[in-house]
Amino acid sequence: MSDEEKLFVQDKEVVVPGEVLAEGLSFLPGSGTYRLNDKIIANRLGLLTMEGKVMKTVPMAGRYLPKRNDVVIGKVIDILMSGWRLEINSPYSAVLPLKDASFSYIEKGDDLTRFFELDDYMVCKITNVTSQNLVDVSCKGPGLQKLKGGRIIEVNTHKVPRIIGKRGSMVSMIKNATGCKVTVGQNGIVWISGEPEMEVLVVNTLKYIEERSHIQGLTEMVKEYLEKATGKTVEVPDADSLPEDAPEEGREFQEDADRPPRRDFHGGGPRSGGFRSGPRGGGFRSGPRGGPRGRPPRRDSRRFGE
Amino acid sequence: MMTTSSYTKRVDGRKFDEPRQITAKAGVIKKADGSAFFKIGNTAAYAAVYGPRELNPKHMQDPKKGVLRCNYNMMPFSGTDRIKPGPSRRSKEISMVTEKALLPVVNLEDYPNAVVDVFIELTETDAGSRCAGICAAAMALADAGITMRDMVAAVSTGVVDHQVCVDLNGDEEHIHDVDVADIPVAMVPSTGEITLLQMDGIVSKEEFLSAIETVTPVLKRITDLQRAVLKDRFKTTEE
Repeated sequence: MSDEEKLFVQDKEVVVPGEVLAEGLSFLPGSGTYRLNDKIIANRLGLLTMEGKVMKTVPMAGRYLPKRNDVVIGKVIDILMSGWRLEINSPYSAVLPLKDASFSYIEKGDDLTRFFELDDYMVCKITNVTSQNLVDVSCKGPGLQKLKGGRIIEVNTHKVPRIIGKRGSMVSMIKNATGCKVTVGQNGIVWISGEPEMEVLVVNTLKYIEERSHIQGLTEMVKEYLEKATGKTVEVPDADSLPEDAPEEGREFQEDADRPPRRDFHGGGPRSGGFRSGPRGGGFRSGPRGGPRGRPPRRDSRRFGE
Repeated sequence: MMTTSSYTKRVDGRKFDEPRQITAKAGVIKKADGSAFFKIGNTAAYAAVYGPRELNPKHMQDPKKGVLRCNYNMMPFSGTDRIKPGPSRRSKEISMVTEKALLPVVNLEDYPNAVVDVFIELTETDAGSRCAGICAAAMALADAGITMRDMVAAVSTGVVDHQVCVDLNGDEEHIHDVDVADIPVAMVPSTGEITLLQMDGIVSKEEFLSAIETVTPVLKRITDLQRAVLKDRFKTTEE
């Protein structure tokens, strides 16, 4: 066994499957790499990141694969016995179990459509991913909620960190400039709600970012783009001045916030038992769809980015 | 002991171990999760990868590993004779061998219950189409971010009147007055595993072994090209 240690690539370099990254037993394979004899070889297309002697690759292409603690936007595709099945723009669908759907108590056998209907969109956090890629999500937490109105678009999931920016600087700038509410899911689903013209501007801005995601100093370019479109001065939020507890780069939501729970759902209040007649006290009802609950977000049929 | 050959000069003037000119590009089909174009001489293949995605019907799902589905198809206008659209005995067989050529490198254990679909379309054919298809498919799979142990490179090798020639073109394949054998080979470059090996024609054992030996460095060069093309897509352009 030779003690020779050789590194064939540099940190932050694009590597392709089968590429020999390093030789020597002191290097360790991480995700996206494997060891063959004394060589470390990449097993997917990605950006090499080295942490000491551990060699990992960050995927740069392909579909979204669910990861624990990711905040994603999902759509209800099925209502199960005790939960909901959500489509999360990935090969695997997610399940939102009853206990993680709402802070209020939901009785077994309750009409689940009172909380979430088919085709409803919601912001949720992935709580667990099993070896078989079964995905559990939760709707309990700050910012996790059902989405009403607005529009849903798809962006490249690998460009989401760029869209969010350092400590959310890019997305805050877009929000401030357009006055729209914007939520970016790690799975590449984005919800936008505001004035129709401004919603379109957000869509175009996201497209602009997606096309130029590899350029450095993109925030300045986006600032100019927004200023030209709105005719107003746009301020670039200083990443360092953003609150200390702001989420890490590329994430819009904090991991765990010590805030009092927000009661999003009022459907599970005390009941007097027996048959219920007349309007309930809760804000949700199982009545006709599209009623007073606000229309669900519209999904642009075209895949975004072309 | 090899007999002397009457085939001393190739029809298009190439060296005996020289493949036709290759052009390749990744990311040619925007809607696909991964795609690639691979052209060798006058044979051009497009490959598009969709997935991993949910596999239906459900009984086809495998909880241990994902499923790879390949589909090889020649366009009706791709050759001099019109190709009747739809699956044929030939295209089904080539789809199957393509799948088997790619399977050893794809880490399907990462995608239980899911499917990865590979569609290969040949827009122009002039011999060596299954090899062009495999090269394009391997690039498209990598482009789709699928985890795979290595790339797969493929090219045909051949023997024309006892002379080993790499990458026969259509004219060479159709030489009638002497013996012609066409041997498509696909290889995993890092380990040298052969994942596709077919033969059409008659060769001696020595000729066969020498054909494989001649084609190995060519396959390594094709892999280098495949990798370079995949990286090219992500070249940082400072503005």
